[in-house]
Amino acid sequence: MSAATSNLPATRLFTETPFVRKKQRRELIAQCFFGGMAAAMVIPLILIVGYVVVQGAPSLSWEFLTTNPRLGGIRGGIWSALVGTIYIVTISLCVSAPIGVLSAVYLNEYAKDNWFTRIVNLAVVNLAGVPSIVHGLFGLGAFVYAAGMGKSIVSASLTLSIMTLPVIIASTKEALSAVPMTFREACWNVGATRWQTIRRIVLPNSISGILTGVILQVSRTAGETAPVMLTGVATFKAVESTGLFLYNPITDQCMALSMHLYYIATQASNAAPSLPFAIATVLLCAVLAVNATAIGVRAYLRSRKKW
Amino acid sequence: MTTPAPEPASQPVKTAPKKVQVENLRLSYASKEVIHGISFHIEPNEILGIIGPAQSGKTSLLRCINRTIDFTASAKVGGTIKVDGTDVRQMRNVYELRRKIGMVAPLPVGLPLSIYDNVAFAPRTSGMRNKSDLDGLVEKCLRQSALWDEVKDRLDSLGTKLSGGQQQRLTIARALSHQPEILCLDEFSIAIDPVTTMRIEDVLKELKREMTIILVTNLVQQARRLAARTMFLWNGDIVELDTTEVMFSDKAKDKRTYEYVNGIFG
Repeated sequence: MSAATSNLPATRLFTETPFVRKKQRRELIAQCFFGGMAAAMVIPLILIVGYVVVQGAPSLSWEFLTTNPRLGGIRGGIWSALVGTIYIVTISLCVSAPIGVLSAVYLNEYAKDNWFTRIVNLAVVNLAGVPSIVHGLFGLGAFVYAAGMGKSIVSASLTLSIMTLPVIIASTKEALSAVPMTFREACWNVGATRWQTIRRIVLPNSISGILTGVILQVSRTAGETAPVMLTGVATFKAVESTGLFLYNPITDQCMALSMHLYYIATQASNAAPSLPFAIATVLLCAVLAVNATAIGVRAYLRSRKKW
Repeated sequence: MTTPAPEPASQPVKTAPKKVQVENLRLSYASKEVIHGISFHIEPNEILGIIGPAQSGKTSLLRCINRTIDFTASAKVGGTIKVDGTDVRQMRNVYELRRKIGMVAPLPVGLPLSIYDNVAFAPRTSGMRNKSDLDGLVEKCLRQSALWDEVKDRLDSLGTKLSGGQQQRLTIARALSHQPEILCLDEFSIAIDPVTTMRIEDVLKELKREMTIILVTNLVQQARRLAARTMFLWNGDIVELDTTEVMFSDKAKDKRTYEYVNGIFG
């Protein structure tokens, strides 16, 4: 038998049988099907961005960005809303990023598996599942009324902080646990403390993931409407067009792009039809720019990956 | 053989301090006991070979000695382990204990740092800052682990980019960098080639003058080449502990020892 096989010309050994052909055909079909699904995912994005930009183009200009809205928002630009969104996002992240990252370091690096850790983890998971309008209602009760902050930028920012915290904790934990356990054990074996291990090995090698997670929360914070509507965003408010402190975060309410979009699209019947789309374009571009930054940061830090 | 004549097993001599003294050590993970009350001691400047199949508790034993077992929440340790006469579980400064014990894991671990920083890591964590002291120590450790000649021109490149055998020697250099008194090698040769293994074995023979060595190995012949005494650990019990000559001859008391070292166990 083996002698007969070895006498055949070499090519005959690899002749396609019907079974092999069938396998190859199925492989091709599967690949095309899954690839098609992946491609289909891109279509909505292109349609949304394209439609919004085309519709909004007539209203877009440099003046649109840098002048205050007038006549309840139907004339003028979006300056005060743009500034308000930047204020809210910045303050919110300044609160949620440190708390989130530090508690994730605790949970991932220090916490023993006991009732306290389990409660914290349970709280994180459940907090992530709370609808944003409920966060808004909580912020209204806790910050605006109970803490006496009134409707203000801080109230809105703190509400958004609480909303983004669980996501930052989850993404940071994931980044930390991507650092192999053997690195930690090697450090402990030579007498390093947990903190020395974290500072010299774990954090430097997970910072890209941590930063990406935090930056992605910028776009989410900028886009939220419901929580800020209840806690500190006004439908109309003009600010100075120059200067550093355009709003006082403690006392002032502000405008926000998301809320402005909602208001113009639903409440202002005599606004130019391109106006809501122009606002949406600005919001989209801001979000896409932030996401692009996140991708850039990640790519840069990955290129310096050390194992 | 440089070890003193075997003493009577019944009554350990109190005058000569034991480097490591293990008494009735028990270890369980959750409810499963993996080490069932073992007792033995290690003399200063001795190489103790520990052989035994997988799951017999060899690695766990080492982790008990340097107390990295503390990081496994489910582990429960009973009995006492004394290093230089001090019970390790009573020690407040566990970092000091771990610096006293160099630990080499089975798989090489190059930390994601430069070769230089890999070796300088431990001295730095214990506060050594002087550049020339560090330079000297790094060179000494890399020479001891037979890696210096290959890396002396690229100490700045990443330790993780070295080959497996080089990384293992880097791991050994790191274990030597905090100038331990006890060196634990946990199957150090499974990831490296025979030539490098022999070079490191020569290094170990040199190091024996400066420190006590615990050599856990799956290669029974390696224990035969290096160890003064050999311990056969099986399923969390010491089957036999005697001088290597006895263990590898037909004078071994337990039949299982004879079978294991001759490869007919099972």
